[in-house]
Amino acid sequence: MSFVIKGDTGDWEIVCGLEVHAQVISRAKLFSGASTAFGAEPNSQVSPVDAGMPGMLPVINAFCIEQAVRTGLGLRAEINRFSVFERKNYFYPDLPNGYQISQYQHPLVGRGELLIDLPDGRTKAIGITRLHLEMDAGKSLHDQLPDRTLIDLNRSGVALMEIVSEPDIRSPEEAVAYMRKLRSILRYLGTCDGNMEEGSLRCDANVSVRRVGSREFGTRCEIKNVNSMRFVAKAIEYEARRQVEILEAGGVIEQETRLFDSGRGVTRSMRSKEEAHDYRYFPDPDLLPLELEEAFVARIRESLPELPDEKKERFIREFGLTPYDAGVLVAERATADYFEEVAAGRDAKQAANWVITELFGALNRAGKGIEECPIRPHQLGRLIDLLNEKVLSGRLAKDVFAIMFETGEDPERIVEERGLRQVTDTSAIEPIVEKVIADNPGQVETYRKNPKVIGWFVGQVMKATRGKANPQMVQELLKKRLEG
Amino acid sequence: MSELTALTLTAAREALRRREISARELTEAHLRAMEAARDLNAYITETPERALAMADAADARLARGESGLLEGLPLAIKDLFCTEGILTTAGSHILEGFVPPYESTVTRRLWEAGAVCLGKANLDEFAMGSANVTSYYGPVRNPWTRPGEEVPLVPGGSSGGSAAAVAARLCLGATGTDTGGSIRQPASFCGVVGMKPTYGRCSRFGIVAFASSLDQAGPLTRTVADCALLLQAMAGYDPQDSTSAAREVPDWSGGLSGEVRGLRIGVPAEYRVEGMPEEIERLWRQGAEWLRAAGAEIREISLPHTRYALPAYYIIAPAEASSNLARYDGMRFGLRVEGADLTETYMKTRGRGFGAEVKRRVLIGTYALSAGYYDAYYLKAQKVRRRIAEDFTAAFREVDAILTPTAPSAAFRLGEKSDDPVAMYLNDVFTVPASLAGLPGISVPAGLSAEGLPLGLQVIGRAWDEATVLRVGRALEEAAAFTALPYGLAEVAG
Repeated sequence: MSFVIKGDTGDWEIVCGLEVHAQVISRAKLFSGASTAFGAEPNSQVSPVDAGMPGMLPVINAFCIEQAVRTGLGLRAEINRFSVFERKNYFYPDLPNGYQISQYQHPLVGRGELLIDLPDGRTKAIGITRLHLEMDAGKSLHDQLPDRTLIDLNRSGVALMEIVSEPDIRSPEEAVAYMRKLRSILRYLGTCDGNMEEGSLRCDANVSVRRVGSREFGTRCEIKNVNSMRFVAKAIEYEARRQVEILEAGGVIEQETRLFDSGRGVTRSMRSKEEAHDYRYFPDPDLLPLELEEAFVARIRESLPELPDEKKERFIREFGLTPYDAGVLVAERATADYFEEVAAGRDAKQAANWVITELFGALNRAGKGIEECPIRPHQLGRLIDLLNEKVLSGRLAKDVFAIMFETGEDPERIVEERGLRQVTDTSAIEPIVEKVIADNPGQVETYRKNPKVIGWFVGQVMKATRGKANPQMVQELLKKRLEG
Repeated sequence: MSELTALTLTAAREALRRREISARELTEAHLRAMEAARDLNAYITETPERALAMADAADARLARGESGLLEGLPLAIKDLFCTEGILTTAGSHILEGFVPPYESTVTRRLWEAGAVCLGKANLDEFAMGSANVTSYYGPVRNPWTRPGEEVPLVPGGSSGGSAAAVAARLCLGATGTDTGGSIRQPASFCGVVGMKPTYGRCSRFGIVAFASSLDQAGPLTRTVADCALLLQAMAGYDPQDSTSAAREVPDWSGGLSGEVRGLRIGVPAEYRVEGMPEEIERLWRQGAEWLRAAGAEIREISLPHTRYALPAYYIIAPAEASSNLARYDGMRFGLRVEGADLTETYMKTRGRGFGAEVKRRVLIGTYALSAGYYDAYYLKAQKVRRRIAEDFTAAFREVDAILTPTAPSAAFRLGEKSDDPVAMYLNDVFTVPASLAGLPGISVPAGLSAEGLPLGLQVIGRAWDEATVLRVGRALEEAAAFTALPYGLAEVAG
């Protein structure tokens, strides 16, 4: 996938790396026992540690470490069995200690990689530079009072994984594919819920441009606050075009931090390199270096679920699905599980078609996720069985599916109660065939010249039986009668 | 001085257990003494009502025959320990009105052992100082004066209020904290026993942080036996402090003796610093002589990196302090001085809330951690710190404990050295190396200067070997037979 920005002086290429902050799924915070539940009353989930009270000390939550290691393993990354928590010092009212506890020189997770699917069916590896754990800050509420800012510390101390990619991304679409894949892996692992609206997955993008064919990196800008999949693409493209415009006009790019304004779809300067903070990182003397036992890592490795890449491969191998279909089905673990339940003991391709075309279509139209799907997998499987047992025609099956989606009822019951069973009894169909032929002598004439008109006759018979007649049988009977 | 306040912690404990005295009368005697000695300014906050309530509860338990390790014994708490429901100031204006909703682990242990809280002892602001002159609540006076003189002397610092209170019989014992000598140096200046245990022995949870990698709580008492008893109650693993050690606390108090036969005691050549008064060196030799006479073997040892300890300490401690003190921003507790905007509020709050010495150290520490200076200062200082620790490790292959002077001088006049921070920092020259290495050290009063002021000797031990430190300390105590009292007290002593 080559994405090129056409400039007046030539073609430009985007170079982009993403820094993702993923909130760790954990009941308690990274360094205190306070709850992490979303949406609680402001300042109701704050321990004295989270509020930076005098004399309070952080204690590492082992479960958060486990989650980060699990994520690292899911990203096929090196796990550093020695890592160090450091203090990142800066003043802000929503940062109670005046420093954020983060990891700097010795992160928990080192190099890894993530495969993204390209539209042409190929995959591309995006390098992962590192993953480290850090605590979240609180939230400044600027819109509650006219002349004051209020602080909500519920989020203060919540564990975040900062996942940094290599500058391997070359287009806005690749960035989106990276984010989707990362979210998919995090959700498979159960280490982050990936909810961008609630802020549990946040993205900053480092963007630069260079002439196509150049191997040098241009000066990059960091774009903050890119907080939906849609904005990821928009922000990167806008920023790249802005940089090309400046460079083509003979200007230079200033290294700076910019903010994405989602309302106007533009990026704005936030602070220049000169205004950049000196964070004065140093190892947090309240926490000893973190040393992990090999057995700890091994135990987590053994408990890893099948991840999307492996699952996709298996779907292709075992079920003979196309890479595209397999990719669509494995994006969400729940979807993949749903599909596998439908496909069990059935024709997998047929099951995939039903899930992808009918079920996803219906869910999309209803604006529902797979978790809220009214049709249980075994019900969909039974529907496919009814179709294959010729109890239902393809058309009837779609009607029954629509009713199932509406009511959640079993297909057998719908078929029985509404009399939607396909009619396969020739004695019931023959009189109707006779009648249609008798009523339409003109069309019979036409058939002699153009046998394709049989389709029209089939339609008439189906209409007369309200779709319940077996279409193949109707076709055969008509053919026999018209030919004869 | 009443008979009750003249008791040692150990003697009072026995008397309480035998029901010869009550916790209430013991507490009342101390409250009266505190009231009479307010000119020392040893306490920032007195808690008489709480003290009496705790004493009564202790008496009730004693009557039932239940008694904790420190049942009914009145103590002073350095005002760096957070105490639930009691104003906690750290000697700073910036903690104006701060009443913690939680209790430090060390004080919680003391109350659980039955001790009685007399009040919060004065200290240098955020424990930064060696003379207890930087407190927002005013300087502490040393109960000792030169004979025939009324000139106020400093008690040393930063646990100056604790040391003064113990010396002036305003409590039976006190908690202190030691970052670079803040227990041992004031103990030496006030003629009492003070001990910094191994780093990690006592929990730091709930102690207002100065320099987290160095801060350690410890006792100040009038005897080595009292010191062992109080430390016994303070020490122990705390899951709320990741740097506290999951180790058993030995029974220091039970088997304490001054038996040093066969022990090898090191005397480090590098501690003979230039300009050290002759009387300090003489006392040091005397101390070695006492131990030799008691059956110990004295060995000359070398701690070659000693001279770099003080400069390294004055990088590391301020660096950590600059970060630890960032939380005092006027947003959530303590002082807030409103400004036109956020930056001005920060500047005014911290400008007025912190005193000069705290500001100096925050500036030094911020500088030492800044981009471009980090390697030259902070990282270098950490390397020095490792070398110093290695010096001790090597020395402890040869010896079982190390004997040094505690401080390079006796107590000095209030106001002296206050305009010369470096002269002030030199007070810690003998105490800082053990702090950097995280080792236990005790100061035991060993004699009087020519001016009639107490001088201490320091014993440094291996990590986790407080037992040997206490044993050697006890031997020095026995040999020195230090019975001198501050002059105000001598007159009424019975």
